[in-house]
Amino acid sequence: MSSTRTPSGVPSNRFGTGARLSGAILAGILATPAAIAMDPEKMQWSGHVGGEYRYFTDAGAGGARYQHNFSLVAEPELYYPVRASGDSLRLTAFLRLDEHDDERSHGDIREMKWHKVADRWELTLGVDRIFWGVTETIHLVNIINQQDFVENPDGEDLLGQPMIRLELVRDWGTLGLFVLPYFRERSYPGTEGRPGSALVVNTDNPVYESGTEQWHTDFALRWSHYIGNWDLGASYFYGTSREPRFDPMFSSITKQGVTTLRPVYDIIHQAGVDVQGTFDAWLWKLEAIYRDGQDDAFFAGAVGLEYTFFDISGHGIDIGLVTEYLYDERTFFISTDNDLSLGMRLTLNDIDSTEFLAAVVQDLDNQSRYFFVEASRRIGDSFKLSVEARGINNVAEGDPLQFYDGDNFIQVELAYYF
Amino acid sequence: MFAKKYMYLITLAMSSPALAQAVHDRDAVEKGIAIAAEADRRDSGYVDSEESFTMVLRDSKGRERFRTLRTKTLERTDDGDWSLTIFDEPADVKGTAMLTYSHGLEPDDQWLYLPALKRVKRISSKNRSGPFMGSEFAFEDLSDFELEKYSYRYLRDEPCGEHSCFVSEWVPAYEHSGYTRIEVWHDREEYREQKIEFYDKVGKHLKTLVLNDYSLYRERFWRPLKMEMTNHKTGKATLLHFNNIELGAGLTEREFDQNSLRRAK
Repeated sequence: MSSTRTPSGVPSNRFGTGARLSGAILAGILATPAAIAMDPEKMQWSGHVGGEYRYFTDAGAGGARYQHNFSLVAEPELYYPVRASGDSLRLTAFLRLDEHDDERSHGDIREMKWHKVADRWELTLGVDRIFWGVTETIHLVNIINQQDFVENPDGEDLLGQPMIRLELVRDWGTLGLFVLPYFRERSYPGTEGRPGSALVVNTDNPVYESGTEQWHTDFALRWSHYIGNWDLGASYFYGTSREPRFDPMFSSITKQGVTTLRPVYDIIHQAGVDVQGTFDAWLWKLEAIYRDGQDDAFFAGAVGLEYTFFDISGHGIDIGLVTEYLYDERTFFISTDNDLSLGMRLTLNDIDSTEFLAAVVQDLDNQSRYFFVEASRRIGDSFKLSVEARGINNVAEGDPLQFYDGDNFIQVELAYYF
Repeated sequence: MFAKKYMYLITLAMSSPALAQAVHDRDAVEKGIAIAAEADRRDSGYVDSEESFTMVLRDSKGRERFRTLRTKTLERTDDGDWSLTIFDEPADVKGTAMLTYSHGLEPDDQWLYLPALKRVKRISSKNRSGPFMGSEFAFEDLSDFELEKYSYRYLRDEPCGEHSCFVSEWVPAYEHSGYTRIEVWHDREEYREQKIEFYDKVGKHLKTLVLNDYSLYRERFWRPLKMEMTNHKTGKATLLHFNNIELGAGLTEREFDQNSLRRAK
């Protein structure tokens, strides 16, 4: 059964219910006896503020035609150690202001949590971010948090997720139990958002399977351990799919040729495994998921291999080569269904931590490919300069990458860290 | 019959200069091992340690950059030590942490935590000779000492500053070292390392480490508060200043697992 959220009375998803709920959690946390006796001298501020400039090499195929875009970002963090044993409070806020895209101008509570450490267990209460997995080009098993897609479609920017997490630390590994009382929608670029303005996701009007919509209580379980050279993880999730389904039934095309889609959030069961073997300079990687509840049940997986040449001819330079094969049983709206990625990482290990990463993901069925280059170095003690280029080419008719047609861009970011 | 022949051979050999050299070499090896073992014995039994330090990276023109770090170590009697290193500065790597279970001659188990991604990554520990945080210290210079990791030979006695030192040659027995050998100066009174010279793959003198300002902890353990590594090839230097050292703080194994890596602060 699907129920539809009414557009009227819905707060903007940018500073909406998530932030209000987070506020309630913070109020709860601050009321804990530990926090009452706070010593301001132990409080630690850190974070970064930055400016970003993007240059799009073409006018674009979607609704947005601008080629230059500026934006500002801030991510301050407040940390307070409650006890020497590791109990702590942490608040991480995020704010992005974008010149053109109203959807990319957004704020989020990335973390707002109380963390308790005991001898054989740990407890997290509040908003947190969780990362599971081992592969580089895709993050299949990582499911607790919603992606902040408008920040970067690489799946590494995560929206804060309200949770109760209990971790049991035992000889046979760590068992994590998650209760997730509230769902965060995926963020998407708006009609003026590049890249991706050819596809507009109607984030004001999502479709939920659950009648409780965002208030469906989700559950997850994860076991992780290491045995010699092997790092192992197995996970199970029941609840609202973080990844929406796009159904032609809920789509429309405007006169300007822009496709507008309503995201459909089904209730799913998902089992996942992740494995890494570390042998000498070789890393062997595997991630696989089986998901049921979103149309037909399906399997998706990624296997990868990474080799690093360390300290090349005694100059301290490392070159790492990464290759990953991506498979997804779904065919509709999936670009990584039968793809091979090749990447190279160059690390100078110099005083300024200079790094380069370049990768290409090639579709083995239809010749479509996307690629990116990232480079960064520190300037002085507190600044970091990053340059990034992302794009696609050879995209076949019908491949979802088509929505990024003409949106290739180069980005420069300068950030100040404190 | 056999014993007689054997005695004859020994008598013959004893009179040859080659064997005299061999006996001398064997003595030098034994003395080299004895010095390293005594230094190791004196530094064993601290159980655990917590240190915070500043790293000053100085280039050949004298320009400086600063890093601040903390290291926790848990002594293991049956295997190599466990350590957790937390990066505080520069600010862009704040919260990054590295967990190492060392295994002597075998490759170490090593995990890195990347706070921006909230990701724990198992990493290859093959990189022994590469630079640590862009400094003149290689990973192997900062790694856990185990007796089996080198072969030893005593070279000579020599004055070293206000002390008198044993000088020994150590040859790495582990794989992927950046050195053919190192020379180590131990003072005769307390077996503290006073100076180490590092020789690169072609046998050239690459770096010198000088250890200073030794302080006594728990009435038994000597720790240097200053170390200076100079690279003779590049003219660069790295200084370590220890601000705080605490031994026997009562750290537990739980402070050296992947959970502790994620919440390192």
